[in-house]
Amino acid sequence: MSTINKLDLAQWVIEQATKSGADEAAVAITNQRDVEFQYRDKKLEKLKESTQNGLTLDIYTQKRYSSHSTNDLRRESLAKLIEEAVSATKYLNEDEFRTLPDPKYYHMATKPQLNIRDATYDSIDSANRKKLAAEIEEQGMSESDLIISTTAGYSDTLYETTRVHSNGFSGQIEGTYFSAGAEVTVRDGEAGRPSDWFYATTRFFEDLPGPAELGKGAARRALQKVGQSKIASGQYTMIVENRAGRRLLGMLAGPMSARSLQQKRSYLDGMLNKKIASEILTITDDPFLQKGLGSRYFDGDGMAANKRIMIEDGILRQFYIDNYYGKKLEMEPNSGSTSNTVFTTGELSLEEMTTQVEKGILINGFIGGNFNSTTGDFSYGIVGLLIEKGKIVQPVNEMNISGNGKDFWNKLRAVGNDPYPYSSSRMPSLLFEDIQFSGV
Amino acid sequence: MNMRISRRTFLKKGSQGLAVIGAAPYILKVDMSRAFSMSSPQTMELTDYLNHFGVSEEVIRDVMSAALSRGGDYCDLFFQHTISNNVGLEDKAVNRAYTNIDFGVGIRVLKGDQTGYSFTEEITPEAMKLAAGTASTIADGSRQVEPVQMQVHKHPNYYPIETPWEDVGIDQKIPYLQSINDKMFALDSRVLKSRVGFSDYTSYILFANSDGRITYDYQPMTSIYAFATAEENGKREENYSVLAGRQGIELFTPANIDFLSSEAVTKTVALFEAVKPEAGEMEVVLAAGSSGILLHEAIGHGMEADFNRKEISIFSDKINKPVAEKFVTIVDDGRDKNVRGSINIDDEGNDTERTYLVEDGILRSYLHDRISAGYYKVKPTGSGRRESFRYAPLPRMRNTYMLPGPHKKEEIIASVKKGLYAESFTNGQVFIGAGDFTFYVKSGYLIENGKITRPVKDINIIGNGPRVLKDIVMVADDFKLDSGGWTCGKDGQGVPVSLGLPTVKVAKITVGGVS
Repeated sequence: MSTINKLDLAQWVIEQATKSGADEAAVAITNQRDVEFQYRDKKLEKLKESTQNGLTLDIYTQKRYSSHSTNDLRRESLAKLIEEAVSATKYLNEDEFRTLPDPKYYHMATKPQLNIRDATYDSIDSANRKKLAAEIEEQGMSESDLIISTTAGYSDTLYETTRVHSNGFSGQIEGTYFSAGAEVTVRDGEAGRPSDWFYATTRFFEDLPGPAELGKGAARRALQKVGQSKIASGQYTMIVENRAGRRLLGMLAGPMSARSLQQKRSYLDGMLNKKIASEILTITDDPFLQKGLGSRYFDGDGMAANKRIMIEDGILRQFYIDNYYGKKLEMEPNSGSTSNTVFTTGELSLEEMTTQVEKGILINGFIGGNFNSTTGDFSYGIVGLLIEKGKIVQPVNEMNISGNGKDFWNKLRAVGNDPYPYSSSRMPSLLFEDIQFSGV
Repeated sequence: MNMRISRRTFLKKGSQGLAVIGAAPYILKVDMSRAFSMSSPQTMELTDYLNHFGVSEEVIRDVMSAALSRGGDYCDLFFQHTISNNVGLEDKAVNRAYTNIDFGVGIRVLKGDQTGYSFTEEITPEAMKLAAGTASTIADGSRQVEPVQMQVHKHPNYYPIETPWEDVGIDQKIPYLQSINDKMFALDSRVLKSRVGFSDYTSYILFANSDGRITYDYQPMTSIYAFATAEENGKREENYSVLAGRQGIELFTPANIDFLSSEAVTKTVALFEAVKPEAGEMEVVLAAGSSGILLHEAIGHGMEADFNRKEISIFSDKINKPVAEKFVTIVDDGRDKNVRGSINIDDEGNDTERTYLVEDGILRSYLHDRISAGYYKVKPTGSGRRESFRYAPLPRMRNTYMLPGPHKKEEIIASVKKGLYAESFTNGQVFIGAGDFTFYVKSGYLIENGKITRPVKDINIIGNGPRVLKDIVMVADDFKLDSGGWTCGKDGQGVPVSLGLPTVKVAKITVGGVS
């Protein structure tokens, strides 16, 4: 469906909703094309191609709210859905905070280029995509005789979203994603078959690493796990490698949401403009990052994107505040969701950080575990590498880290110079002191 | 963009994990303008399903011919229409409702163990042939295809319900949420906030394959989650309760509504007293019920045949070998009445069954889909499942549990000098090849000198699958199947599952704690 058709349809849906008795309505229409190839054993294991559509309609009527989504975009189906949806909404309880955002939040002073749509997408042919996946597999397999299996993959996505609100918002955005990499499993005697991965996701095809970096990268990571074991429980210095850090960031993003705050399930309640982390931690939410995986012009409330300093020198500056919970909390909304999470980086590379550690564990992956947003308690399973006197001496696994967010972030001692490029959470490697590990 | 988690499976419980939530009185009857000819969806016949999706056997045959035209060995068509509803209560008001309608057909072509897949949300002959053409390119030859003769495959119904969700309006659901909320606040003055979510889900499936099998299923599902946040001396805690299953509204009896509210509050306020156990290895007793998460992670995923066919599972070379004590029998069953992980047929049209993963301590059978059953030359186990028509099926678990053993719960607890009694869980994960697995204990108790003492909270447990199976040293006779809302993730696809366990003692496992 073309952009113009989507805009027409969205406006028609708004009209229908209003006719059926909605006071306000918001519509988002997306379509997406996905192509995916997987290679294993020198064969194309799987190919998948698809195009899909979706429409979401938010209804506000008599201070009541409901939201409906469907992938059937025919007008006769939508007409019935809208009528039923509006009448159903009237059964709900009244909620005075259920209104669309004030239109002043839709306004964007300038609209910088985001560079999130690769024009070459249209000219990449299937043969090239398959070839890349095949080469990644070959590179992975060639790294060692211990390798049992390499599954290499390539995928890309083209998406387009059109959003229209009855009180004056209208926006479109189009973007591409490319992803390629491999997972490699190796033999480790009787001990097991450890595996690891190296996948990269980018906005532009040309920014994907080459097949050797991806395939061999995954293989080397898997091989590094041969001989892994747990070590004694205790307090260790901990480095978290950039690619593994997303799980830690969830420990901030969750309690920093307006919903958590309003529902009294945030351990950061009452901490605005107070120190919640080491002074070397500064986190910015940057929706305008060039080629950023989370870059955008507007959010799910239609609110104009803006660059926000969330944590500054360890001080909590803002919560992520959406339209609804902002009204409930009587706080100014600034967008309830994250775009690109950008860290103010330090001087050290991961290698340099490692050489500074007397005894510690470099975590390169998490497994399971969870976090309690209300109290800050956390406990996660980990895999990684033991560091002694600045050198990596053995792989470790089957261990947990535990603690509480309140003091955890204050134990941060160094921020790396290596923000992870393949995620909207651009976390660099981080070094913490005195973290509780459990093992033997 | 889901490839990254392909071998990192996960299991989680929670309303956020469920696909979509929704509600509205009559939305279910809108039905994409395809009216039902029958009064009850549970008695619908093949003709009703064909009409529902607006197709005929002839159209299906034509699409299959297109799918196999480049030399594929096999193809199948998976038609699905799903309607889901959720109503939510927050701040004492039922102030949100969500619905989702999903409709389409997935077309799969196999060439040996290679898969070509596509789907369309438009069920017209032209759109289906286009998708079939895409999927066909997994093969690169050409072939004249004889028209497939269809034979209807009948199956039992493991999830009879009294009232289809189509007949339950939003006005009937709202009082349940209000009642749970009111009870939670009445139970304990420390309750600060409550949140309740009520969801129902109905899926109509029509399946046809090039072997000539055509079959259909009606899959209902529901759940209620009740969350409580409480405050005491400036300290806040949160916990929740859940009831889920392939059930109708009759699941929510007054007794069950009472259970949901009292369980959420009791489990929340218990956390005020909770401590952290010591970090390190210790004896762990798993309470009967949702502790079955241990099996799901420690052995279940590793027994999915795709991982073994590729030799990347730690169980790849262990079939018919002893893996546990003689009193340990572990099954994966799709036939438990009205249970969340039950399926009448799998998503490849095969009958479901009870599959023995471990029988009297011996490793027995993998969980198979069509590709792996062909590879190992065995009968499919009815384990080929998919999240929706958008995905190709994979070997997956259904309801995974351990059968009762010879011990008593009391003697198990009495045998522990210093350890942990783990009672409720939120999520788990496993590395298939290395065997590392975890599960997160939301709440439990310390065991000291054979007695249950202080409550504990928020700790991750990590172990190694085969080692922990060997370390199961006692199994009680008090088996319980869990009624939680578990969703299992693999390769970017979530499917509903359940799990169960009698009280079990593990001799040694690493517990995340403090030193």
